[in-house]
Amino acid sequence: MDFMNTFRLALRALARNKMRSALTMLGIIIGVGAVIAVVSIGQGANYKVQQGIAAMGTNAVFIAAGSNRAGGVRQGQGGVKTLTIDDMNAILQQIPLIKEAAPSLTNRQQVVYGNQNWNTQVTGTAPAYFDIRSWPVQSGSVFSDEEVDLAANVCVIGTTVEKILFQDEDPIGKTMRIGSLPFRVDGVLASKGQSAVGQDQDDVIFAPYTTVQRKVQGITWVQFINASAVTQQASLAAVAPIASLLRERHRLRPGTDDDFIIRTQADIEDLADQTQSTMTYLLGGIASVSLLVGGIGIMNIMLVSVTERTREIGVRMAVGATETDVQNQFLVEAVTLSMMGGAIGIVIGLIGSALISNLLSWPTLISGKAILAAAVFSAAVGIFFGYYPAKKAAQLDPIEALRYE
Amino acid sequence: MAEQTISALEQNQAPASTKPVIRLENVYKTYDLGEIQVQALRGVSLEVRQGEFVAVMGPSGSGKSTIMNILGCLDRPTKGHYYLDGVDVSGMSKTQLAGIRNKKLGFVFQQFNLLARTSALENVELPTVYAGITPDERAKRAMEALRRVGLADRAGHHPSQLSGGQQQRVAIARGLVNRPAILLADEPTGNLDSRTSVEIMDILQDLNNEQGLTIVLVTHEPDIAKFAKRTLEFRDGKLRRDSIVEDRSVAREVLQTLPTAEEQAAEDAEDSARQEKIAATDGLI
Repeated sequence: MDFMNTFRLALRALARNKMRSALTMLGIIIGVGAVIAVVSIGQGANYKVQQGIAAMGTNAVFIAAGSNRAGGVRQGQGGVKTLTIDDMNAILQQIPLIKEAAPSLTNRQQVVYGNQNWNTQVTGTAPAYFDIRSWPVQSGSVFSDEEVDLAANVCVIGTTVEKILFQDEDPIGKTMRIGSLPFRVDGVLASKGQSAVGQDQDDVIFAPYTTVQRKVQGITWVQFINASAVTQQASLAAVAPIASLLRERHRLRPGTDDDFIIRTQADIEDLADQTQSTMTYLLGGIASVSLLVGGIGIMNIMLVSVTERTREIGVRMAVGATETDVQNQFLVEAVTLSMMGGAIGIVIGLIGSALISNLLSWPTLISGKAILAAAVFSAAVGIFFGYYPAKKAAQLDPIEALRYE
Repeated sequence: MAEQTISALEQNQAPASTKPVIRLENVYKTYDLGEIQVQALRGVSLEVRQGEFVAVMGPSGSGKSTIMNILGCLDRPTKGHYYLDGVDVSGMSKTQLAGIRNKKLGFVFQQFNLLARTSALENVELPTVYAGITPDERAKRAMEALRRVGLADRAGHHPSQLSGGQQQRVAIARGLVNRPAILLADEPTGNLDSRTSVEIMDILQDLNNEQGLTIVLVTHEPDIAKFAKRTLEFRDGKLRRDSIVEDRSVAREVLQTLPTAEEQAAEDAEDSARQEKIAATDGLI
């Protein structure tokens, strides 16, 4: 018997017991629906985190001053004084993969405006920093390279600092104090909100690094070099040349530890990705358990159906159906059941994730891979759980089957 | 025994030159039930020629069901040979036997065994589905078979909408649709009243006479066996008697002695018409 006939026969057999078919499919529907919805929520969350990381600049390469060993005593990170602005200029000149770089050095200072004061993080840097971190101002402007060269007393502030010190006043052009020095506020940075670890990213002040080096901290080195590569690939490729360049410049003998740490955006992204994937797989795994239960439901109903239709099987065999014909008939029925359940489940999963993103405003991302996997998996469930009942039907003895009451 | 068969054929005006459709050679069937072995058939040899109408008789346990299953290729002999239409089918695989059943054999059962909630036409089509015939040809053949049993106007009816006699006629049509060499009827009248039984026998006699269809009928009712041309009586797994039916019943003649369903219906209709007329006259007054 050809496939179209078998398929039509299966549809008709299923249509005969609509309620039963629907209830049997329910297991698969819920399973597939749950997989699709859960995976789309997981993917959505992942996408949001990736976007957040990308907002920091996907091509970024961070170089931090590391620890060094002085007579066997390791100092903490940033304890070394070997990372300098000359290192940064050397990287920019000699490593073409790097297109931009800005230094930074940070410590906490007491800041005052009018009768308000606050303790916040003051970072010295260059205008390129705001490009690298894709961080625009919401009002005013960022200090210029000339002001960096001049070590001018100018700064840009985050929105938290603005709120606390200036309250309802417009801070642009106003003079505030950092430590004991007066600084002119040139701009207010756009709000970044909390970081992934819950730190307020807007509780910051940036000033030219020259000013911070000479007047605020009184040092000659920098703590970080924030570089940006030409592409994301380049950011990975740049790690090794930067390392060897810095080792050479710092005159580190082979076999000694680096006195700096290099991290790329891709490293951080990978980590976030891994965490998210683990969650998605875990939730997807739980959802697939219900697919399995749905499959058992199909097997159960198919066994009932084989018993109920013993006589029909006997008649079919008497008029010439081979074992293969009978087996295919029941197998196609089981697969039709599971694939219809899968198709309905996919639709319900899509509707469900659309509802979740609309009502709860959670980010969701429909994954084509998950839909394909659900379709393949539900077909596999039908074949796997339909095989035994179909085999049982095919192995019936026609004489017994015809006599069955 | 062969002589007997030929003489039987001669008496029923079947040409003696016709080839044997069924030939059993010393067939044994033993059922292995673990500790005991049941010998259902113990050396049965027989021949049925084309155009014969044979009744298989015998009490329960005589082996008549077993012989029917073997003739129907639903079971294989433990020993001996079965030649169907000249081909030895005793050693064939299950799949090969399914093909033989499909093409060479037609079945009619006591329980009708029609598929429920499936139209008469589709029930008749069933064997053609497994024969790999195109859908158009299938419907054409099924319709032809239904017409042959006088049910062309009921093609769309489901078994539950048909009377017992009509259901059995659909089953006969299903048995005919692949133009088999033999029609095997297992107690076809066992579930029917006497008039309907005779109607079914009329159809079988008709098919036998007009198309020369070979029919093997299993029955335990002597009255029904009398519609056949020859009877084979089994007892204890052996063929005990092979005889020609002397005073054969002709279903068409028997039917005339019984009131027809139409006559009954016509009488009922006349009655109700009379009643209505009376009611109408009453209404006028």
